[in-house]
Amino acid sequence: MMMKKIIYSLVLAVVIILPIFLLSDFRLSTLSKFVVFAIVAISVNLLWGYTGILSLGHGVYFALGGYAMAMYMKLQAQPLPDFMEWSGIETLPWFWKPFQSLPFALAMTVILPVSLALLVGIPLFKSGTKGVYFTIISQAITLIVSILFVGQQGFTGGSNGITGFKGAFGYPIGDPTLIKILYGIAVAFVIAIYFITKYMLKTHGGVIIQAVRDRETRLRFLGYKTDSFKILTLATSAAMCGVAGALFVPIVGIISPSLMSILMSTEFVIWVAIGGRGTLLGPIIGAILVNYAKSTFSESLPEYWWYFYGFLFIAATLIIPKGIVGSLKEKKWFQNIFNKLKTANG
Amino acid sequence: MGDFIPFLFNGLSISSILLLTAIGLSIVFGMMGVINFAHGEFIMIGCYSSYIVSLVLGGEGSWLTLLFAFILSFVLSFGIGYLIERLVIRKLYARPLDSILATWGISLILQQLARNIFGSNNVEAPMPKILSEGLKVTEDITLPFNRIFIIFFAIIVILFVYYFIYKTPKGRTLQAVMQNRPMASCIGINTKKADAFTFSFGCGLAGIAGICISMLGSVGPSTGQNYIIDTFLVVILGGIGGLRGTILAALLIGISSPFIENFTTSSMAKVIILSLVLVVLHYKPEGLSPTKDRTID
Repeated sequence: MMMKKIIYSLVLAVVIILPIFLLSDFRLSTLSKFVVFAIVAISVNLLWGYTGILSLGHGVYFALGGYAMAMYMKLQAQPLPDFMEWSGIETLPWFWKPFQSLPFALAMTVILPVSLALLVGIPLFKSGTKGVYFTIISQAITLIVSILFVGQQGFTGGSNGITGFKGAFGYPIGDPTLIKILYGIAVAFVIAIYFITKYMLKTHGGVIIQAVRDRETRLRFLGYKTDSFKILTLATSAAMCGVAGALFVPIVGIISPSLMSILMSTEFVIWVAIGGRGTLLGPIIGAILVNYAKSTFSESLPEYWWYFYGFLFIAATLIIPKGIVGSLKEKKWFQNIFNKLKTANG
Repeated sequence: MGDFIPFLFNGLSISSILLLTAIGLSIVFGMMGVINFAHGEFIMIGCYSSYIVSLVLGGEGSWLTLLFAFILSFVLSFGIGYLIERLVIRKLYARPLDSILATWGISLILQQLARNIFGSNNVEAPMPKILSEGLKVTEDITLPFNRIFIIFFAIIVILFVYYFIYKTPKGRTLQAVMQNRPMASCIGINTKKADAFTFSFGCGLAGIAGICISMLGSVGPSTGQNYIIDTFLVVILGGIGGLRGTILAALLIGISSPFIENFTTSSMAKVIILSLVLVVLHYKPEGLSPTKDRTID
């Protein structure tokens, strides 16, 4: 038993390490981006797949984490960011000042999204807003925050966002070593968040949130305050999304309001839907597959991507409502392998 | 008082557009519980129908071309709506969150179709000349005729929809299906037909709204996207209890926005309006005019 577990871990390690040697720097950097997106997918899945709350506005939490990180990196490069100079702002605004310190900026990548999640979640869930209402309002909030960010050119860099960083860990952006380091960090985070989610779902609270998804009214009759669990899940999900946003910035080298657009936020959801909502591995697989398809398409047939992408949404609801992983789990041959794995692990 | 008129007029104008775009959605969402994120694209189809009419009939816009445009927009969006209901929506009635995703996919496909057919640049549809002029109230206040037309048109559409849903046998049949499906089915109503009709009717109304939007300026593949969120806010704020809530919500949001924009920027105004909607929903989670319902799941 122990042997098998070690073998599986080794296989996984090889799968993770191989791209470092096989892929070009550009491709590896793209892969790191996909891995970061996998974290986003896990966070969306926690909320949608396990709690039954669909948010079409997760882009805002992602971008808030991203902006906190980007501002730190920008201030490292220039004491007064160039976009502020262009807008005629001569001193750094007070609310950006603390972002000169790394611990503060890192804390903010989580605190900012969580605060917004609480600000939105508490009034909505406490008053018992229905699921579909929450979905639409989450979208409206994302739209409005992005309007705010685009409008405040001098404070946020406007529609161009924040870019032009010096680098990280002493390497300039785009340096091969930095790309490898960031890939390692992204993979470490996705594994950590995967296991955190797995653990959380096994706790009492984790079981409760799944019950919220399945039959909320009954749970309320049993005496559970379901709204508190929903708020908590939303905050946790927002925190994960913020972390992903912070990782995204050094890898891609830019954060802009387009990442909190509605288009982007719905993209998060389709990764989960294709991969398999309510499964642990599904979102990771979905995020990497859909993004791979997207980058392949946009290199060869950019026009048709939108048709394919639109079709994915319909397919994810009509043809494979359980997603890839969910559908595979139902197949006999897959169950056999799966059970063997389980006995091997347990 | 002189300053007050333009504000009120602007507010009424925004309200009438909100109402026109929201009325179809309110029927589909309120009566069927289907969230149609492609609603904006049906508005876009309406916008393009006036462009198509101007291409076919050519030349200047006149009242006749406008009439043709209205007919075409309703027929086109009704037809496409019917097709989509048949192919996709039908299978998703019990799954509201999934209907959001599927209709979002449809909306992306329709946008790309529009981009491929009409090009990604905005197009302008010629309108009757008189609509581009205005009514001079005082020396420096002119009320544009197209806005006045839209306000009156919105009132006519509302009266028509109200009459249709509450007074005609067909409308009552639809209501019966939406309120108690098994019972309606028992007394011999074809509920599947009623579903298909309600959805396509909502889409057709969106098409008509599209014509009004094409009066205000040029239209493009993403025109629908600009309206969809505001439209949804109106429907949510109004509650899904019927037309009354939607009308009330459209008036509230529409009339208050020019006043709020007056003392802040337009982006801040949007933030304030959304916050107000959130506050209202905190106290009235079912919206301003909810349906009375004793079911519990």
